[in-house]
Amino acid sequence: MNEIIKISKLNKNYAGKYQALTDVDLSIKSGEIFALLGPNGAGKTTLISIICGLVRITSGIINVDGKNIDDQPREIRQRIGLVPQELTTNMFETVWDTVQFTRGLFGFKKNNDFIENLLKKLSLWDKRKSTLMTLSGGMKRRVMIAKALAHEPDILFLDEPTAGVDVSLRKDMWAQLHELRKSGVTIILTTHYIEEAEEMADRIGVINNGKIVIVEEKEKLIKKLGKKHISFELEKELTSIPERLSNFKLTVKDKTLNYEYDSKNTDVHISKLFDALKTEGITYKDINTKQSSLEEIFVELVKNS
Amino acid sequence: MNFQAIKTIYMFEMIRMFRTIGQSIAAPVISTCLYFIVFGSAIGSSIESIDGVSYGSFIVPGLIMLSVLTQSISNASFGIYFPRFTGTIYEQLSAPISYLEIVIGYVGAAASKSLLLGLLILGTANFFVDVSIQNIPLMAAFLILSCITFSLFGFIIGIWAESFDNLQFIPLLVITPLTFLGGSFYSIKMLPPIWQKISLLNPLVYLISGFRWSFYGNGDVNLRVSFIMTALFLIVSLLIIRWIFKTGYKLKT
Repeated sequence: MNEIIKISKLNKNYAGKYQALTDVDLSIKSGEIFALLGPNGAGKTTLISIICGLVRITSGIINVDGKNIDDQPREIRQRIGLVPQELTTNMFETVWDTVQFTRGLFGFKKNNDFIENLLKKLSLWDKRKSTLMTLSGGMKRRVMIAKALAHEPDILFLDEPTAGVDVSLRKDMWAQLHELRKSGVTIILTTHYIEEAEEMADRIGVINNGKIVIVEEKEKLIKKLGKKHISFELEKELTSIPERLSNFKLTVKDKTLNYEYDSKNTDVHISKLFDALKTEGITYKDINTKQSSLEEIFVELVKNS
Repeated sequence: MNFQAIKTIYMFEMIRMFRTIGQSIAAPVISTCLYFIVFGSAIGSSIESIDGVSYGSFIVPGLIMLSVLTQSISNASFGIYFPRFTGTIYEQLSAPISYLEIVIGYVGAAASKSLLLGLLILGTANFFVDVSIQNIPLMAAFLILSCITFSLFGFIIGIWAESFDNLQFIPLLVITPLTFLGGSFYSIKMLPPIWQKISLLNPLVYLISGFRWSFYGNGDVNLRVSFIMTALFLIVSLLIIRWIFKTGYKLKT
């Protein structure tokens, strides 16, 4: 995939007091879903806001499709849609009018068929004549997405798109974003929900204290940093680990023997462990395996960064 | 130039005016009618004519200016403050629109509303007093220039304001008193010499005087000075707006 956004040595300092971003280097590939994870205040929103033109750059370079955002802001902004974190809407407007307004702001003439289709896709068609103040939080969030898509962008930023949205609506949104990706839209989302990144993203970036900690494909990240865990339900209680098993990182509690290992390792150790258990006469009636979740990896990364 | 965006902002603001027609148009027209009834017909009938113009007719330009100036400021300041207040300003800032286009959209709409209001008051005045306009192009020029200048000024207030109280502060506590003291209801020549000199520090004296000149062929100050002062105010407002967008004052961090 081609690189559609390239960020080099990006720094943001608010009023000479607070360093929000430090030497951020990041590339986004065309057509991917990229999830940016990070705790509160990590710099996720600042990063998105800079690319979208809402916050000024202190230093660094951002290119979108090879064009510098300072040199060709019009061309770049026309291609970008933004769903901000806050539900910022003009409450007196109707759904139809507010989506048309955004389309006009981006220099597009009215296209009723396109807007109708968009509202139908987002299950907003029935609400098109409703004022925003009468909509639920989830519906308002959909309106924000409709507004961000009103000018047919090929890059979409979503800043915590499902914050405060119930589970079923969240899953609906995920499906809609997958549909968008299929149509060629590059999607960059920030989220607190690890489950969301796990479900949606092709690649994941972790940001903490304004610095990019890691950027990796989701599967590779889990494989690279994830740990696997095997627990044996023993038939008899084990009071201590036998000498022969001391090479393995084993812990025992009551009738459970636990073994933890890096997922990137081969299974040589596992077969050795099984052989050693057999030699020691340790029998078991059940085995459970577990792989560390993205959430556990994220917590570990943030803790160590 | 993103004409579509300018049109979108302009139409959005104009539709807002029609949605709140009572507040935007009816209220200022009714209050001006009351001025004409009280000062023009009731009290005015017992006041001598000023420079050969009946008192009722004399106050017409001042009353138009009073409404035009306060409404220009209110409309433009509210227009840009409301998206700042609700947070929807992110749309304008992230859209492919230049600052000039944003200003043309908001200020253009606010100035249009004020112009419409000024013409409505002028029409209404005809029902109460005799109004003659000696120089229609000059009257139109002053009216349009005032609408644009004070809409620009209102736009600045809308960017500066931190609360709805701030929005009301300048029109109510600065513009209205300055308009009243700027010769809306009297000629400053009627004041003692010292107050005449002090009045010349009031920028609205020049505006009202020039506008009145276009109606009756005479004013408190020289017509050319009036025009230069109004144009100067326009330029200062433009320079401040240019600075706001250049620095991102209260818009971008």
